Amino acid sequence: MKRREFLTLPVESLGGVLLYTLAGEPVRLQAQAQSGEIRVPLRFFTAAEARVVQAACERIIPKDSSGPGATEAGVVIYIDHQLAGPYGSDKYRFTQPPFVESVPEHGYQGKQTPREIYREGVRQLTNFIDLGPEQQDQRLRAIETSIFFRLLRQHTIEGMFSDPMHGGNAGLIGWQLIGYPGPLMSYRDEIDKSPGQPFRRKPVSLAQVVGHPVSGWEDEK
Amino acid sequence: MQQLKPVDVVIAGGGFVGLTLAKEITARASLSVVVLERGQPRKLADYATGMDELDYSLRFRMMQNLAEETATHRHSARASAVPIRQYGSFNPGTGVGGAGEHWGGISYRFYPEAFHLATFLRDKFGQRLSGDLAVQDWGVTYEDIEPYYWRAEQLIGVGGKAGNLQGKRVDGGNVFEGPRSHEYPNPPHKTTYATSVFEKAAHELGYHPYPVPTATLSRAYTNPDGVSRAGCAYCGYCTRYGCMIGAKAQPTNVLMPVLAKHKNFTLRTGCSVRRVVHRDGKAEGLTYLDASGTETLQPASIVIVASWTLNNARLLLLSKVGEPYDPAAGKGTVGRNLTHQVSQATRVFLDKPLNAFMGAGGLGIGISDFDGKEGLDASPGVLRGGNIRLMSTGEGPIASFGMIPPGETPSDWGSDFKKAALAWHDRVASISTEAEHMAYRQNFLDLDPTYTDKHGDPLMRLTLDWTEHERAQGAMLTKVHAQIAKAMNGRAAPPNSRQLERYTVTQYQSTHVNGGAIMGSSPDRSVVNPWLQHWQVPNLWVAGGSAFPQNGSGNPTLTILALTLRSADALIDRYLKHPGGLV
Repeated sequence: MKRREFLTLPVESLGGVLLYTLAGEPVRLQAQAQSGEIRVPLRFFTAAEARVVQAACERIIPKDSSGPGATEAGVVIYIDHQLAGPYGSDKYRFTQPPFVESVPEHGYQGKQTPREIYREGVRQLTNFIDLGPEQQDQRLRAIETSIFFRLLRQHTIEGMFSDPMHGGNAGLIGWQLIGYPGPLMSYRDEIDKSPGQPFRRKPVSLAQVVGHPVSGWEDEK
Repeated sequence: MQQLKPVDVVIAGGGFVGLTLAKEITARASLSVVVLERGQPRKLADYATGMDELDYSLRFRMMQNLAEETATHRHSARASAVPIRQYGSFNPGTGVGGAGEHWGGISYRFYPEAFHLATFLRDKFGQRLSGDLAVQDWGVTYEDIEPYYWRAEQLIGVGGKAGNLQGKRVDGGNVFEGPRSHEYPNPPHKTTYATSVFEKAAHELGYHPYPVPTATLSRAYTNPDGVSRAGCAYCGYCTRYGCMIGAKAQPTNVLMPVLAKHKNFTLRTGCSVRRVVHRDGKAEGLTYLDASGTETLQPASIVIVASWTLNNARLLLLSKVGEPYDPAAGKGTVGRNLTHQVSQATRVFLDKPLNAFMGAGGLGIGISDFDGKEGLDASPGVLRGGNIRLMSTGEGPIASFGMIPPGETPSDWGSDFKKAALAWHDRVASISTEAEHMAYRQNFLDLDPTYTDKHGDPLMRLTLDWTEHERAQGAMLTKVHAQIAKAMNGRAAPPNSRQLERYTVTQYQSTHVNGGAIMGSSPDRSVVNPWLQHWQVPNLWVAGGSAFPQNGSGNPTLTILALTLRSADALIDRYLKHPGGLV
């Protein structure tokens, strides 16, 4: 039996509440002082692969003066869940052969599943976590147009801003960052009020909106 | 093969078309009706937990599973086709309600002359028309179909403002539209900041903005069947989602409540229709794989094919009903006149936040000053135009992240990109266009010689590409986009210029794919007659977007519903009394 792999993260690295300084700079606070480590069971990646993916995602949406990045949102956990689920094994993509290279207007025509694309892509990022940010950027720049990197970029944004039931957007940190209030059921009283003024409130997740736990497609049997 | 007891009517497809026909027939005739739907049943309660952008909008949870069945595409008959392996320039539905569950609710009528377009264009342009043009008259006039438009609008509760009431021009509505016998059943939607800025700019430029007609209810409404639905809450989870409160008209909330009361109606889900069984010009029933995988024959006196466009044409070709279209010889009918729509969008970057996550699939303001026969650019020979509109359909947080003005940052990732994306977030609207798509001899459907569905049947093959005419339409309309964007004090990002160079399956355009089993007044050039009855097999009816000889500029659902209601009248009031070909 395959040994269960875990990603070990400092508790304080994930989620939190965004506050803004007078200068408009976001500051991330944990709701309460937390320390120690959490061990996140991995569904698809090995711990070594997860660390590479986490580092690469952090270069795509980095933590900087504009606020938290992919690491704080737990993007790697999101990607791990997607790849372990039906999406990762192409359960919804037409995968009948023959696989014929075609014009760009026909999109990705390859045989490789997202799992296979990641496994190979990560393997080629040798020593990635030992590099400094600039060298990491150089390595990523070199593969910028590859199918692996295009998926990684798309999945990083998905993991930042999808509902937390999918494993990312920890503590709704991504939604706080962009001022998205969550899937509220009605804006009937707000939609035509205060035109041009932002409607901003503390975000809520889908589970909070519907009042019971919800799970993503990737968790369905 | 399991053979069931005969029924009066069997219908392939449980979407808007199949269930509308079933509703009319079960309510008005004492016939037994069986609807076969390949997907699963649905209910309102499913939709509240469906407010999830990832699963529904990005992973297409309500759509046909492409792993099991897709279509192939090639740009010309000389090229070889490859499968559309992932979504996609269009989004076919599945399950009870079909694409009518995940549509956006926009409910335009087509222009009067669109129904006799071949005659109209010949009169206007004569010999200057391209020899490739395969445009045809529908065999119905706007006057024939107007009462059915009105019935369809009442059925689904369309909101809007008339611009032409019984021939009288009404400012504030679409003043270019055909005459309406009645004002809309419901008022227009509320407006948003973005739509109001567009409306003001269009006004200042001398255009004629109007509220986009919509079946996402602008208020609580009870239709003539006694079905009551709530008004829209503008939650923004609309297009690609099912409506959790039933405000968006869907077969499950408009038709199923009526059908559920009729004992002569049976809906079988999980049933994939394989063939129309026919002999000597008479349809005998449908064969299908039931939910357990058992091959089954449902014999019936009347057979109705009412699935999505491509599936209608495909079922006819697989069943060898009628003559397949041969583009080289210009002969045959099944598969001809495949059309999509000319879709273009210009992004506008504005100075204030839009709260773009609020909205409804049909909430928007449009202009038709360059639509139909209006305002056409004569120099490149534009034959027909398109609408221009700004919609507040409800933006998801994933898809809306990272829209920045072109050239703002060199890369689409990293710190600079992130900062630009956050700075521009929620300040981006889209001015979009859907223009009429002409039919051409070279754009058609046939069965793919290589790829199959999960049952081993050939996939539908689309041979489809854009021509100079679509590029000229796009250029004419996007020029106006830019003009309006400027008047909105916005920075404009024009659409990708390559989009109309070659038909692109990777970019969503619309699900308005039409043709393949077209209606018309001649059996030589159409599959069904103007009542959607098959020319050669009178107890077979083929209804849906497949009947369009070419595409209009508006969203097609309302026209599909109107044709369906007209077909139901013909079937019930005329065919049942005197079975045979209607004339």
